[in-house]
Amino acid sequence: MATSNNSSSSSGSSGNGAKKPLGDIIYAGLTRGAAGAVILLSIGIVLSLAGNSWPAIVKFGASFISSTTWNPVMSEFGALSSIAGTLISTIIAMAIAVPLAVIIAFFLVELAHPVISKPVGYAIELLAAVPSIIYGMWGLFVFAPFMADYIQPALQRWFGFLPFFEGPPMGIGMLSAGIILALMVLPFITAVMRDVFQMVPSVVKEASYGMGSTTLEVAREVTVKYGFSGLIGAVFLGLGRAVGETMAVTFVIGNSHDISVSLYAAGNTIASTLANEFTEAAEPMYISALIELGLVLFLMTLVIQVLAQWWIARTQKKAGAGL
Amino acid sequence: MTTTLLPRNPIGRKILDKSVKGLSVAASLLGIFFLGWILMEVTNRGIAAINWDFFTELPAPPGEETVGLSSAIVGTLLMTVIAVVVGVPVGILSGVFLSEVARGTRLANAIRFCINVLMGVPSIIIGLFVYTILVLPLGQFSGFAGAISLAVIMLPVVARTTDDMLVLVPNALRESALALGTPKWRVTFDIVLRAAKTGMTTGVLLAIARVSGETAPLLFTSLNSVYMPESLMEPTSNLTVTIFNYAMSPYADWQQMAWGASLLIMISVLSVTIFARAAFKERTR
Repeated sequence: MATSNNSSSSSGSSGNGAKKPLGDIIYAGLTRGAAGAVILLSIGIVLSLAGNSWPAIVKFGASFISSTTWNPVMSEFGALSSIAGTLISTIIAMAIAVPLAVIIAFFLVELAHPVISKPVGYAIELLAAVPSIIYGMWGLFVFAPFMADYIQPALQRWFGFLPFFEGPPMGIGMLSAGIILALMVLPFITAVMRDVFQMVPSVVKEASYGMGSTTLEVAREVTVKYGFSGLIGAVFLGLGRAVGETMAVTFVIGNSHDISVSLYAAGNTIASTLANEFTEAAEPMYISALIELGLVLFLMTLVIQVLAQWWIARTQKKAGAGL
Repeated sequence: MTTTLLPRNPIGRKILDKSVKGLSVAASLLGIFFLGWILMEVTNRGIAAINWDFFTELPAPPGEETVGLSSAIVGTLLMTVIAVVVGVPVGILSGVFLSEVARGTRLANAIRFCINVLMGVPSIIIGLFVYTILVLPLGQFSGFAGAISLAVIMLPVVARTTDDMLVLVPNALRESALALGTPKWRVTFDIVLRAAKTGMTTGVLLAIARVSGETAPLLFTSLNSVYMPESLMEPTSNLTVTIFNYAMSPYADWQQMAWGASLLIMISVLSVTIFARAAFKERTR
């Protein structure tokens, strides 16, 4: 048979006496097994989280997500402060990161000479590679004191009449957590948005320039509109990251189970509560309630994922229609 | 409509254009500034903790003279290696399944959906999951559970990279090999995977870089320890959880060690990342 010698280097190493069916049977079995493992994992996560949080689900019912009481001593658990904290920190992060990402992507694609845009783009991608615990260390020991000394007093001076900026400027708290979160998701969103902007055909842009548009007008009227669905995809990506980010937030959020209007106050997120309390929890009901918190977070990311994929599938179908 | 609020006369349009351009330069500088700030602080504060003892001595209570994080370094390396050994082959095989075995089928689309969902699951939830399947039943925090949770994080990333890279391999390659009578498995391993080798190596290296800096999935799986790891079935010392514990402690010398560990983690993760990207660029040029 001529099959054995068409791959140059590995022909000697593997036994080519193996008949076609046998090798292919093993091959089919292994790849199927691996694919099965993926399905098993996905189902396993749902089942194990739901199963282990069942005692808490039965005991607290719907009050788990509407109550703010988090009292391990009395075994009373309500997740509202964690859910609210997760949402608030995510909203702060997205409110800062999305506009910044759009404008940085605009700079990288439309304005900067390749000599500048390549290294800048590279630096921003490196920001994405920095592990979250590093952001946590930097946030706790460098950024939080900086916030307490400069940013927070300044905000209080100018916007002190707003309830969001009340209370002593401690550095740690919801606002600092949101800003660090923004810094962490910024590179992810920017990288995707840059790719989206780059995919806009230059003919379309040049046509607009030919009509006398300024760079901003081309970006607003052509690039952003052309790549709008991609931009939304980038936002979903950042959202998924921000909701579940653990270490960076745990270091700076202050870990309090009170809900406060002031963004200077300490708070907590689902992920930070898990990171802080899980290893200390001994009571079965406490552990069960923490796992139910995890289930809530999982469902949040699942909804974001499903929305994102539905959006991508929808726009891919429409893509044939052009602009 | 916002369009009507914008200036329509040429000068106004130009001023707006210039100011937004200025803003975008400022935003990019801000991004770089933060990267520089983080790198600088971690380097400055971490370098003081790094000496020979750091790599050879065991962790000690605050106040001791000779302290190091040798056990944590060994533990992190050990768990990362096991995670790679478990996660990478399964990831590659399931990627192969999607692209070579079941391409275009509904099953493949369902699995692709699962992979995307798994990629979006926060790492702390993976830790929680592995806690419920490995730590609870065995009644023991273990380095094995830690390694498995890292593998679970790697798996969808590697599978997705494999899938994406194999799709790029032209069908003519597969068809010519099959036409010569090559068995399917050899077409995949000797032809298709080889053609996609560079991109996949990059993807795997990036996944390793990401996993080696993870903390959240280890918090309730491997836990932490001050001893040199001797068995994988006991709590295993590692760098990232050590950083967390030391940073939260009130002792200045422990915080100092946390900065040293942060520097070590940051340098390793960033160099693997930079190496992976550079290698990819070199080959594709």
